[in-house]
Amino acid sequence: MTANLTAPVTPKSSPASAPPRPANSARVRKVVYSALLTALCLLVLVPFVWMISSSLKHDNQVFTVPTQWIPREFVWSNYADIWSQIPMLAYLRNSAFLAITISFLQVITGSFAAYGFAKLRFPGRDWLFVAYLATIAVPWQAYMIPQYLIMEKIGLVNTHLSIILLQAFGAFGVFLMRQYYQSIPDELIEAARIDGLSEYRIWWRIMLPLSRPAIASLGLLTFVSTWNDYMGPFIYLTSNELWTVQLGLRSFVGQYDAAYAMIMTGSVISVLPVVLVFLLGQRQFIQGIATSGLKG
Amino acid sequence: MTMTTEPALRKRRPPEPTAHPPRRSLRPILVGWSFILPNFLGFALLTLVPMVFGLALSFMDWSPWGDPEWVGFDNFERMFRNSTFWIALWNTTYYAAGHIPLTIAVSLGLALLLNRTLAGLGFFRTAFFLPYVTSLVAVAVVWNMLFNPTSGPVNQFLQFVGVTDPPGWTSSTAWAMPAVIVASVWRDMGYYMVLFLAGLQTIPTELYEAARVDGANAWQRFWNITLPGLRPTTFFVLIMCTVASFKVFDLIVVMTDGGPGRATKVLSQLIYEEGIREGRFGLASAISLVLFVLVAGFTVIQFLLQRRQENR
Repeated sequence: MTANLTAPVTPKSSPASAPPRPANSARVRKVVYSALLTALCLLVLVPFVWMISSSLKHDNQVFTVPTQWIPREFVWSNYADIWSQIPMLAYLRNSAFLAITISFLQVITGSFAAYGFAKLRFPGRDWLFVAYLATIAVPWQAYMIPQYLIMEKIGLVNTHLSIILLQAFGAFGVFLMRQYYQSIPDELIEAARIDGLSEYRIWWRIMLPLSRPAIASLGLLTFVSTWNDYMGPFIYLTSNELWTVQLGLRSFVGQYDAAYAMIMTGSVISVLPVVLVFLLGQRQFIQGIATSGLKG
Repeated sequence: MTMTTEPALRKRRPPEPTAHPPRRSLRPILVGWSFILPNFLGFALLTLVPMVFGLALSFMDWSPWGDPEWVGFDNFERMFRNSTFWIALWNTTYYAAGHIPLTIAVSLGLALLLNRTLAGLGFFRTAFFLPYVTSLVAVAVVWNMLFNPTSGPVNQFLQFVGVTDPPGWTSSTAWAMPAVIVASVWRDMGYYMVLFLAGLQTIPTELYEAARVDGANAWQRFWNITLPGLRPTTFFVLIMCTVASFKVFDLIVVMTDGGPGRATKVLSQLIYEEGIREGRFGLASAISLVLFVLVAGFTVIQFLLQRRQENR
């Protein structure tokens, strides 16, 4: 496609013949764009501002007419009190444990399988990969009931292991890693084979170190989606001590729906770790999404 | 796209190993499978098997207390006679019809705005992306507060601009779904924006320069260069967004819990209620099958449309 489209492009000398546009209008346009973006940006950030500002108020000051965007009095004590109001620390620990374990397993099993799909030839490979791909488009809800029954039969309902098994072997990780591995030249692997390296060592010594950016993006994507998942833990985890931040916060909202300030404090705390992880690994994160969308 | 580039690549390369007669050796098969196996075991047991099992389950009567029994189309009959099923089907379609076009329009718009050199670009991208990494319960709770009918900022703003009787949002049967859609578009736009940005980067800038030389205005450039160039991305985004829309659950459960009444009850919520809460596994699986057929149908239609446009 690109070959056809680039053909009619006029030679490089032509831009000189373009109608000269005054530099002024370009500058004006840039200012207008920046203003528009800033306005949109502020609009998009309103919920965050509300969340943070409400978390620093007394309950009865959250809903006022007109809204106070900056609290009159900063109630920092909300951030000290929340830990005794709900077992926030335990929830955070559960969420972190699940998110880290699942991300680790996704990366390991995903990259291992991706090497098989991308760099090895064996009968049934392509057929199997199509099966992997097809399941990405099947909504989880379409098979969550039988999945639940299987988990119940093997006695894993209401354990963290159920959530780990549910999310650690997704097709998405394999797909994302395979996309990246295909960009690594076959010649490199051929050379390693001639040098006598086994396939396993090629994966460990060459592919893993080379695919650090892909590993980072898959790890971050998985971490964030596991941390923010609600439905999986909602269905599988019934005991309070196993709950994730999402479940804990939701139950807090249900029980004390007028504790507006404290609810917002909890929300800020639930968002903080994942925003931090995102800001630290922003480039990898966005690259991961971008490459998973660019189907070659 | 690969279709056109691959033959060209192949010509340049030395003959492929496949040209040799295939060696009948077990080793490559075993090595190949050994790489896929750790992931495949989990994937097969917890994704493939349940998918097939679920299909069978929809023709069975099975509760936590009794043995499974083959009942043919009984579950489907019960489902079609259940008014909540029809409401949930309608609500799911309503949500998708609002969420898909709005999300695509907003995220494409943002991507177009951000696809240029501009001071503070990184900051803007981060800001628009931030909602996507925000935890879902926090999103739902904050939007519920923003939509508070009496003293929420949304209605205060509406009154300020002259709307005398602003909607009750999540407390009103007519406005609950639009409220959920607004919150969901806010959350998802950053994700699809990144996909569109990646797609925009694949369009050669020479095309725009050439169009400018030919005197094409901004709209013509968008219509004749940007949109066709984005076609693979749009296709992918459309499919991902469709799947995501039809399976919506989290946001609705936390924001409205399907209410008020049954105004925002969706299919996946019904599957959860009938299957896991009430233990009607067969009926829930029948509803799952409807959800699957709906998503698969949309995907296939989009795939066919895409193919027809490409062949043109």
